Amino acid sequence: MHYSFDIERGNFADAGQASSSVKRLLKQLGVAPPNIKRTVVALFEAEINAIAHAYGGKIDVDIDDGKIVMVVADQGPGIPNLDLAMQEGWSTASPQVREMGYGAGMGLPNIRKNTDELKIDTEVGVGTTVTMTVYFA
Amino acid sequence: MTIKDIAKLVDGELVGAPADDSYDVKKAFASDLMSDVLRFSMEETVLITGLCNNQTMRTSEMSDLRVVLIGRDKQPDEDMLELAEDLDITLIKSKFSVFKISGILYEAGIKPLY
Ligand SMILES: Nc1ncnc2c1ncn2[C@@H]1O[C@H](COP(=O)(O)OP(=O)(O)OP(=O)(O)O)[C@@H](O)[C@H]1O
Ligand SMILES: [Mg+2]
Repeated sequence: MHYSFDIERGNFADAGQASSSVKRLLKQLGVAPPNIKRTVVALFEAEINAIAHAYGGKIDVDIDDGKIVMVVADQGPGIPNLDLAMQEGWSTASPQVREMGYGAGMGLPNIRKNTDELKIDTEVGVGTTVTMTVYFA
Repeated sequence: MTIKDIAKLVDGELVGAPADDSYDVKKAFASDLMSDVLRFSMEETVLITGLCNNQTMRTSEMSDLRVVLIGRDKQPDEDMLELAEDLDITLIKSKFSVFKISGILYEAGIKPLY
């Protein structure tokens, strides 16, 4: 099953809608609650990052045979130093983003913790693609 | 402790989804940083926060929170209230500061998450 969602640039009011849809879907499919939580926390963090640090983009989700693959691709500034960005507490969030409740520098570490596979492709000045896999088995 | 008992302790007002009287709140976590909330299991937990926007609701949804206590007299807008109802999350609005709320709940036996 394939699903895709648009992430609208700067739209904090609706941020998280894609993750919310995926959560409802996984519930309907009868996925175990701990696996739903892992999946949607990772997806939500990536969705928020695409709005908070980039100019929006697209989410592609594939669910089959006991696993979910989520690809969050944004147009944006990219991540110049990925090692640094992966560290707990590292954040370049703007004051506006902090006002929305983000900027703990915990998003990427949360994504790593909650996924079984994680790949981040990023190019400065172009954008970032985060590919996350969670196995339900 | 029931959601209504908690509301009483912090002189709070219940809004959003109706309080589920069978939900037993045992723990609390206080934060304005949503990624911090997403780090932990929020079972039987009330989130105490001064962050009052749609993102509070979305984060609560992902965390499986059933009850959120909004401190500092922050006022949820229509959009946020609607989201709370849709997501079946009860909000408690309190005029008290997050520190005061935390102290009151701690004294009443609510446990810290860690
Ligand atoms: N999609 C992205 N595009 C550009 N930069 C990004 C992107 N995602 C993350 N970053 C960079 O990596 C840093 C760390 O990201 P991370 O999600 O861990 O923390 P945060 O978003 O700053 O705060 P939090 O997620 O805790 O609210 C960001 O502050 C930003 O500099
Ligand atoms: Mg983040």
